[in-house]
Amino acid sequence: MILDHQTVTNIARLARLHIDESDIDRYASELSRILDFVEQMNRVDTEGVTPLAHPQEGGLRVRDDIVTETNQRESFQKVAPEKEAGLYLVPKVIE
Amino acid sequence: MHNKSLTQLAADLVAKRVSSVELTQHFLNRIEQQEILNAFITVDPGFSLAQAREADQRIQQGDKTALTGIPIAHKDIFCTKGMLTTCGSHILSNFVSPYDATVIDRLNQNGAVILGKTNMDEFAMGSSNETSHYGAVKNPWDHTTVPGGSSGGSAAAVAARIAPAATGTDTGGSIRQPAAFCGVTGFKPSYGQVSRFGMVAFASSLDQGGPIARSAEDAALLLNVIAGFDARDSTSVQRQTPDFVNEIGGDIEGLRIGLPVQFFGEGLDSDVEGIVREALREYEKLGATLIDIDLPNSALCVPCYYVLAPSEASSNLARYDGVRYGYRASGYSDLIDMYMKTRAEGFGDEVKRRIMIGTYALSAGYYDAYYLKAQKLRRLIAQDFAHAFERCDVIMGPTTPTTAFAIGAKTDDPIAMYLNDIYTISVNLAGLPGISIPAGLDNTGKPVGLQIIGQYFDDARVLNVAHRFQMTTDWHQRAPSRVQP
Repeated sequence: MILDHQTVTNIARLARLHIDESDIDRYASELSRILDFVEQMNRVDTEGVTPLAHPQEGGLRVRDDIVTETNQRESFQKVAPEKEAGLYLVPKVIE
Repeated sequence: MHNKSLTQLAADLVAKRVSSVELTQHFLNRIEQQEILNAFITVDPGFSLAQAREADQRIQQGDKTALTGIPIAHKDIFCTKGMLTTCGSHILSNFVSPYDATVIDRLNQNGAVILGKTNMDEFAMGSSNETSHYGAVKNPWDHTTVPGGSSGGSAAAVAARIAPAATGTDTGGSIRQPAAFCGVTGFKPSYGQVSRFGMVAFASSLDQGGPIARSAEDAALLLNVIAGFDARDSTSVQRQTPDFVNEIGGDIEGLRIGLPVQFFGEGLDSDVEGIVREALREYEKLGATLIDIDLPNSALCVPCYYVLAPSEASSNLARYDGVRYGYRASGYSDLIDMYMKTRAEGFGDEVKRRIMIGTYALSAGYYDAYYLKAQKLRRLIAQDFAHAFERCDVIMGPTTPTTAFAIGAKTDDPIAMYLNDIYTISVNLAGLPGISIPAGLDNTGKPVGLQIIGQYFDDARVLNVAHRFQMTTDWHQRAPSRVQP
């Protein structure tokens, strides 16, 4: 198995996903099977091949650095779970 | 009324044989009658009928375009102002977008009616529509089988004639595979053809929106409205958009059709192969020639994709944190715990698996072995296509290795599910246009899809080649037996 208990715990923390202790071994086996499967990639020698990140190789278009949008704070905040005085509320992070 | 093409419906609207309100109500009734399919996540008759009344006024005033007054269903991945956009997920179960996706905006400007939001695999991650938080969709041809995915609700709705046409998105086959399973026409345009603005992101270098319709002609009509440059999408391509409807109809005498040997090998159902070969003979009768071609790296497109797509997804889905919109868990101890519980409760199993795989593939020490390796392979796959297109004009083969499978048959085996997309994924990796059209029925009466792949931005040719087949065959007009004419 490619992934052990500790690695799964670390990935979950990096991904900000809470996983119940009792589910970690199931994740380890499922994810290891997928990683095993993708290892087939190593059958091809890619030495010297330039990676392709995107179908459009010319690079992405950049726009002029000017303001094009109007302020829509109210409509954007209307869908927020918790807000007050135009601010998003989260649990306290500084004592 | 529900068996008419978009062109026929538009003519009926102009001739006042029917109003947009009547047409919209007709389809709303049909959605209700076929609720068992679970093809829609959100239907809002008040919203749709208000749009229909506006469309009727426009038609009255002579201010109409090809789609004015025609109800279109939208995959629930396209943001719609004033109507829920859930993306098939619990985490967006309460999300009403403050703005419209460009695809929606363009259709609204043309006076089309939003018929509702269709069911889909959660965040478009799935090939069976079974990962939806809102339950599986049934295939109208056989209620015990899946409609395919991720645009399963859209394909099922068009097949069941409960929507005249629909939108979908395709990251690894999510328009073409459900179109094949449901016996409809599904077109994935070239990457950059249709704006991704307001289309919830899964894997940004692969995602592309497109039409699901009952014919290539209807797909071209819808594409005419949704395609084209959009300054709000940095990957939108700035070039002249052809009139896709005008471009279809030309003959295909001398067309060179490439057949990848890898698309006709092990794993392909013999019934599916026979039907695809029969369709190819039809093309020969139309004056095309068949050429064997080689796509040597195509078997590795699935592993390559299952590194790249989850990597991009793990980054894209980082935005769902319970702070600015969407679901937030109710009990938590601090900020990090709030993030972790919100995401644990908000995402389903397949989405979590992909976020975990992507996070691992991008993490320090593993990046080169997975992500970079997959990107190198992606170039080789794209080059295979470039070499093949030196010898042929389009590439054809089956859309899927089998017809629709039973609900539940592959839910416990992610890799078996992933292999459904073995013929479609490489097209996304290379950014090419591809279509699936109905080519026949297997020995159990289930639809088989023929896939046609074109060169980058040769979308009009792909649509025309599909249209030619539909001019001389009637597979695209077949409806599931439960659908009354």
